Amino acid sequence: MTESRHFDVLVVGAGPAGMAAAITAASGGAKVGIVDENPQPGGQIFRAKVGKLAPEVAKSVEKLAASGVELLNGLTIVDAPQPGVLMGATHKSMIILKYSKLILAVGARELFLPFPGWTLPNVMGIGGLQALVKSGLDVRGKRIVLSGSGPLLIAVGAYLKEYGAEVMAIVEQASTANLARFAAGMAKYPSKIKQGTPLIFGVGRLIQRGAWVESAHGKDKLESVKLNKSVGSIQCEYLGCSFGFVPNLELPMLIGCQVVDGFVKVDSLQNTSIANVFCAGEPTGIGGIELSVVEGKIAGFTASGHTERAQVLMPEKQKWQAFSRALDQAFALREELRGLVEPETIVCRCEDVRHRQLKGYDCGREAKLHTRCGMGPCQGRVCGASTRFLYGWEHGTVRPPLVPVPLAGLANEEQGKTK
Amino acid sequence: MPSKTSHHNDHGGGSLSTKFDAIVVGGGIVGCACAYYLSQSFQRVLVIEPGPIGGASTAAGMGHIVVMDDSPAQFALTYYSQQLWTGLVSQMPADCEYRPTGTMWVAADDEEFSHVEGKRKFYESNGVKAEVLSPAELAKAEPQLRDGLAGGLRIPSDSVIYPVTAAGWLLSEAKRNGAELIQGKRATKMGQRSVHLEDGTQFEADFVINAAGGHAPLLTPGLPIEPRKGHLVITDRYPGFVHHQLIELGYLKSAHEMSSESVAFNAQPRATGQILLGSSRQFVGWNSEVDRKLVTKMVNRAAEYLPGIQQLSGIRIWTGFRATTPNKLPIIGAMPEDPSLLIAAGHEGLGITTSLATGKLIADWASGSKSVIDPAPYIPGGHHEH
Ligand SMILES: Cc1cc2nc3c(=O)[nH]c(=O)nc-3n(C[C@H](O)[C@H](O)[C@H](O)COP(=O)(O)OP(=O)(O)OC[C@H]3O[C@@H](n4cnc5c(N)ncnc54)[C@H](O)[C@@H]3O)c2cc1C
Ligand SMILES: Cc1cc2nc3c(=O)[nH]c(=O)nc-3n(C[C@H](O)[C@H](O)[C@H](O)COP(=O)(O)OP(=O)(O)OC[C@H]3O[C@@H](n4cnc5c(N)ncnc54)[C@H](O)[C@@H]3O)c2cc1C
Repeated sequence: MTESRHFDVLVVGAGPAGMAAAITAASGGAKVGIVDENPQPGGQIFRAKVGKLAPEVAKSVEKLAASGVELLNGLTIVDAPQPGVLMGATHKSMIILKYSKLILAVGARELFLPFPGWTLPNVMGIGGLQALVKSGLDVRGKRIVLSGSGPLLIAVGAYLKEYGAEVMAIVEQASTANLARFAAGMAKYPSKIKQGTPLIFGVGRLIQRGAWVESAHGKDKLESVKLNKSVGSIQCEYLGCSFGFVPNLELPMLIGCQVVDGFVKVDSLQNTSIANVFCAGEPTGIGGIELSVVEGKIAGFTASGHTERAQVLMPEKQKWQAFSRALDQAFALREELRGLVEPETIVCRCEDVRHRQLKGYDCGREAKLHTRCGMGPCQGRVCGASTRFLYGWEHGTVRPPLVPVPLAGLANEEQGKTK
Repeated sequence: MPSKTSHHNDHGGGSLSTKFDAIVVGGGIVGCACAYYLSQSFQRVLVIEPGPIGGASTAAGMGHIVVMDDSPAQFALTYYSQQLWTGLVSQMPADCEYRPTGTMWVAADDEEFSHVEGKRKFYESNGVKAEVLSPAELAKAEPQLRDGLAGGLRIPSDSVIYPVTAAGWLLSEAKRNGAELIQGKRATKMGQRSVHLEDGTQFEADFVINAAGGHAPLLTPGLPIEPRKGHLVITDRYPGFVHHQLIELGYLKSAHEMSSESVAFNAQPRATGQILLGSSRQFVGWNSEVDRKLVTKMVNRAAEYLPGIQQLSGIRIWTGFRATTPNKLPIIGAMPEDPSLLIAAGHEGLGITTSLATGKLIADWASGSKSVIDPAPYIPGGHHEH
């Protein structure tokens, strides 16, 4: 028999938003559970452990442990069979989670954009590179190029240098003018200044603004990259790319939450379009830790019936929303990035689908059906965002399971009964 | 009988003419097959499809090309179709994923096995090769099947395709013959040699063909077609896990059970190495939501035959609708009261297989040619429950 649990407030995602939501909801005495697919709470930033910010997140992790919230780590939500019920999967069993209120704090993932050579070994997302180094990859003396957009590039560059890597270039696609405007506006956000300054002045002469990697080259693995700006190429062993983040919309969409312009629609109290379901953090907008935390607190208060305390947090939320808009403007991806793909560039990695097979379609579903783009095990998690960027296709429908699960898990007696 | 004269674009220089030889409403595999054969006899063929080509039932189905012995008319249509498919294989592009897997009908017990010899005789006497397999031979052919099964019947000439690209290919061949496509618009009315679209445009033709699948009755009221929902589960890639399309012999019982919901074991090896698992049948209108209880039943049923399947990773579940008629035969032919209105719909769980024969019957009728098989059993008006 499958285990079944009930919570007054169930939080999915133990990043900054989810932890804040759970701690807040539990402070009023509710029975709260928090689920995360990772073995530990902390979310994307804690996994990556970048710079000075990780200790801040570490503090929340400690607070969470002392809060009476039940931690359900190593559990992935794979289905939402009916209102009030979620199915979770560990690597060996399924568990049924029932809730009165649900807070979705499922965060975001890295956006990958295809360009010639992006599928070569040793070309990876910046988060992936970070995680590899954290788990023991020796980068001493290794030549690394970082490319993409956003404050993360700098942070990761500094981190890699600490580990002895030879950072050859940090290639930021945003224009110098955009970055200057962004840095000027940072005065309003003292806690963020550390992130802003190097965008303009540092890291040494490493940073190239208004630049991007046009193509990556190598025989069996990465050997060099070519930038739009320079004639020659840069020899390197690793290329870390980061073009920003895309919200994890799969679970919210499966539950039926309305999505507008690529983000889960919420009101000021974090209510989604579905009763008793709240959303906080990156799925409602990409805005960094502070915005995620304040949204988490608001959701925690609302879900536990303390809307008056949630109201108090509105000015802070608005401040960080403004910051998020400034980020969006400064690092908006430029048109040229759409033009990097060549006919033979792979767009869907799971199914080896190339740009030339996709470019004629105006409807993503038709392209998917006819070319298999997005039909592989990742179910479009990687290529979905890049095809939206390249071709303007809409989000496809979400079907269970959210991630591959052994069929034994689908043939679950209890899951059947809950219908 | 209609003549083969084609009608030219008399708007001179204009984009699309409003007068055609034949207009096919619906770009599923049946509509595409109709266009394919019509375009061989007629110059001016138009296909109208509001969504993706093959995006409705055609995308949901399994793509098993199977000769069925449940009634003489079903046999005639599926056998003829299968021969047409075999004739096209050498021209079909690789992305149609044609694979000559054959079908393995699996007998769970002696009772089921007792029907095998009769089936073999029927197939063989009608020109279809069929082999009876002992339990040991069955285990050798499909090692993942559990021990203790009673045996099997192998039909080597059956095969598997990927229906969506096959439909796309049939349409592209039709276009090479001059057929045209209007995509993104729905027909709102058809009959009496004309088709009206939702944007108010109107087209004339000698023949208008309703190939709107389960939605055909919306355009031709009174057609006895109802949607019958099915669920499918697809796994990650496990090349060589199974080799044939595997179906339990009890399948027909399930397929003919008209009232309640039913499940049957049906597993298909895809060209990608994925396993596609069917099948369920239920009448619940057009509600496309995944019914977890039924998926549980389906997977459990599959595990009764393929215990190892439980360890395989499932990556997606989806649902689709079969366009069902009371006597299980598709409706193909002219409406008695309007001989310019042809129906090509109601193909239930066999429309991938029978699409080609359907297209051929329709083109034969329109061009006044004699058909290879007797079209009478499929003509509108005769689809009462036996
Ligand atoms: C390397 C790196 C450095 C960064 N540096 C900074 C910085 O300096 N300053 C800053 O402000 N921001 C930084 N960020 C961004 C910051 O991490 C995010 O803004 C923040 O983590 C968002 O918090 P969140 O709670 O909304 O989502 P997340 O932290 O993404 O947490 C969501 C959690 O939900 C889990 N989850 C999702 N779906 C499921 C499911 N179905 N079942 C179970 N669990 C699920 C995820 O695994 C994840 O752990 C950085 C990010 C990275 C990757
Ligand atoms: C779960 C399942 C498994 C199956 N397995 C198999 C199998 O293994 N082998 C097999 O042979 N068959 C199988 N089938 C059956 C097969 O999929 C169908 O019989 C076949 O796809 C029917 O094709 P169609 O073109 O008639 O219908 P559809 O593919 O539904 O096409 C009809 C088209 O008409 C269009 N349309 C609707 N209304 C209008 C309008 N007003 N104006 C213009 N266009 C319109 C639709 O958009 C649609 O594209 C299966 C079906 C299901 C559901």
